[in-house]
Amino acid sequence: MSDKHTEIDAHSGVETTGHTWDGIKELNNPLPRWWLIVWYISIAWAFIYMVLMPAIPALPGFGGTNTPGVLGLSDRTLVAEKVVAMNAERSVASQRLMAASLTEIQNDLNLQQFAMAMGESAFGDNCATCHGAGGRGAKGYPMLADDIWLWSGTLDGIEQTLRHGIRHEGDDATRFSAMPAFGRDKLLTSSEIDDLVQHVLSFSDRDTDASAAAQGSTIFAVQCASCHGVNAKGDRNIGAPDLTDAEWIFGGEPADITASISNARNAHMPAWQDRLDDPTIKALALYVHSLGGGE
Amino acid sequence: MNHVANPPNAPIPPPNPPSLYERRKQIYPKLAHGKFRMVKWVVMALTLGVYYIVPWIRWPRGEGIPDQAVLADFAGEKFYFFFITIWPQEIFYLAGLLIVATFGLFLVTSLLGRVWCGYTCPQTVWTDLYIWVERAFEGDRAARMRLDNAPWSLNKAVRKIGKHIVWLIIAFLTGGALILYWHDAPTIARTFFTGQAPLTAYFFAGMLTLTTYFLAGWMREQVCTYMCPWPRIQGALTDEYALNVTYRYDRGEPRGPLRKEQGFEGRGDCIDCKQCVQVCPMGIDIRDGAQLECIHCALCIDACDDIMTRVGRPTGLIAYDTDLAVATRAAGGKPVYKLLRSRTVLYAVLMLAISALILVGLAKEPTFDVNVLKDRSPPFVQLANGDVRNGYTLKLVNKATTARDTMVSISGLPGAEFEIIGLSKPDGAQEMELPLEQYGVDRFRLLVTAPAASLPHRSSLEITVLDPVTGESHTRSAAFMTAGAK
Repeated sequence: MSDKHTEIDAHSGVETTGHTWDGIKELNNPLPRWWLIVWYISIAWAFIYMVLMPAIPALPGFGGTNTPGVLGLSDRTLVAEKVVAMNAERSVASQRLMAASLTEIQNDLNLQQFAMAMGESAFGDNCATCHGAGGRGAKGYPMLADDIWLWSGTLDGIEQTLRHGIRHEGDDATRFSAMPAFGRDKLLTSSEIDDLVQHVLSFSDRDTDASAAAQGSTIFAVQCASCHGVNAKGDRNIGAPDLTDAEWIFGGEPADITASISNARNAHMPAWQDRLDDPTIKALALYVHSLGGGE
Repeated sequence: MNHVANPPNAPIPPPNPPSLYERRKQIYPKLAHGKFRMVKWVVMALTLGVYYIVPWIRWPRGEGIPDQAVLADFAGEKFYFFFITIWPQEIFYLAGLLIVATFGLFLVTSLLGRVWCGYTCPQTVWTDLYIWVERAFEGDRAARMRLDNAPWSLNKAVRKIGKHIVWLIIAFLTGGALILYWHDAPTIARTFFTGQAPLTAYFFAGMLTLTTYFLAGWMREQVCTYMCPWPRIQGALTDEYALNVTYRYDRGEPRGPLRKEQGFEGRGDCIDCKQCVQVCPMGIDIRDGAQLECIHCALCIDACDDIMTRVGRPTGLIAYDTDLAVATRAAGGKPVYKLLRSRTVLYAVLMLAISALILVGLAKEPTFDVNVLKDRSPPFVQLANGDVRNGYTLKLVNKATTARDTMVSISGLPGAEFEIIGLSKPDGAQEMELPLEQYGVDRFRLLVTAPAASLPHRSSLEITVLDPVTGESHTRSAAFMTAGAK
């Protein structure tokens, strides 16, 4: 490739590079001057940029991180500044939001719409991962748009759940209850559990093995009725679900119910009061309430 | 790599191939006097006047709404033009306006050639203004040529620097006036100088300042010749009947210098004085016929008429004419002029038709609008008692400048009940009040609940919003979904 040669092309009077493809020779024309100038400027600019902005990683003497740059700019501080600016912009409405009670907000259309917009975006960022867009729910994560609630569907109740979470360790006010793992802890034998499943299925009017269900009925009265109620309507004070409706958070098939009885679900939701500020939690409570199930 | 020598029978190239680069020749247009020059002064005053004055015209529209007659309000997402307000969803009216303008340009081009280029194009107007400034500082053609050829002196420096300062001031006023169309003019005119205007205002003011200074001061005719696509397009728009600035060679040839003792017997009227060339801002000779560079500003007509009057010949040796007519006269025939041709009629009809469509559309434009967006997630909600609920977002656009109360109702779904989050409805009422803010978009959340037993997977319902005062109502249909059979 780099043979020495001094062939001058007769057509143009320009030196050739010596590269030939199918008889076509490459001329060694100089680079356009404007292009060279731009290139040199770019190189100079790269050095200036390295000095001004965060650039070289893992240089000794910089604590294992990159050089910070003379301007001291970083995306993290820029985001922090923007968050401060956004909070300042929202502050008037946020203060009104904090001053008003949840029901007062519901009756003030303007404030309600502000809270809804704020709640919608906070829901998308924090809640939709588990509860789905629009609160549609998923297996193991309750739907929030229907009128079936495990703990509470009132504005205050939703706010309480948001603040303290469910079975959240380290929060004394968290919503708490514990269902025993009847199978894993050998409280019931597997045939007893099978009978119990048949009985539970009968609550929602499904075909069951009548004799097994009758056996299960006795077990239910002893083991389950204290929390789920004699008629299996559940108890919101302890988050015991209603077993008679068509809503099954962890699935309503016999295999799902068997798993629920054997291992207990005792699902968790984090407490949000340390992660989100008060106006956001308030807005979220209003938003969740407005999804359709609010009481 | 193979090193192949030139084959012996290669074609021998020309010894010195001509350069493809054409160096610019400085043009020193001489001041013309006459009716077309007067028309150009008037058009310049009108166009510049419109450009600088329009943003300052006020047009009260109501509390809290911009009162600027012509304003592109990006922050408020609206375009104001006197009595017309265009909302984002009606942006097609602007497209319609551009189409009308395009056909207008087509029409005048097929009638009068490049009349847009010659009189009203901003490049022409500002170049004309810059040449006027240049003339004020450096004198007319001959003086300017002398000054450019003279060695540097205090006199030359003062004249040149003065010219460039005035050019830059004009350029800044041009760029500065542009941003007045994007912001409240009195406000931005103040905040621009106190440093509180948005960055975009400084950017566009700066950009227009630079482009005006360079395009009108330095590049001038090169913009028209090399940069502008319009001269290329126009070739397809004109035909042999379009009136162009034309040298009437049937009358002018054979040309030659005028000698006192010799009359005009047996020769053409053109005395080869080259006045038409000297006044030309594009630096061309119109006697060479139609040319790409010619912007048809008609200054050569003024220059030639002046000379013809002086030598006692009839004016109009250069005039708005067609090549066809000149050729016909040269052959001894009688020229035919046709203003009504299929293309001019077509352009005019299209222009009128689209204008009429726009006007009818604007006149019938509703004063409020309803959009219904069905929740996609979840598509429906099963309630504990077996009923099914669907959620919707109602977006209501109130274009009136006052707040108003509308009534919303639903129909088409037997046994359905509805509620709107944040508003209370008396139990069992068939409609409920929906307050709309003045001049804006309101969003409401609508929940519709129906007994699911009889409903298929997908049915539809109608949502009607009525203004009881004006009687204007809008109905939108939306899907209602259940877990029922498909």
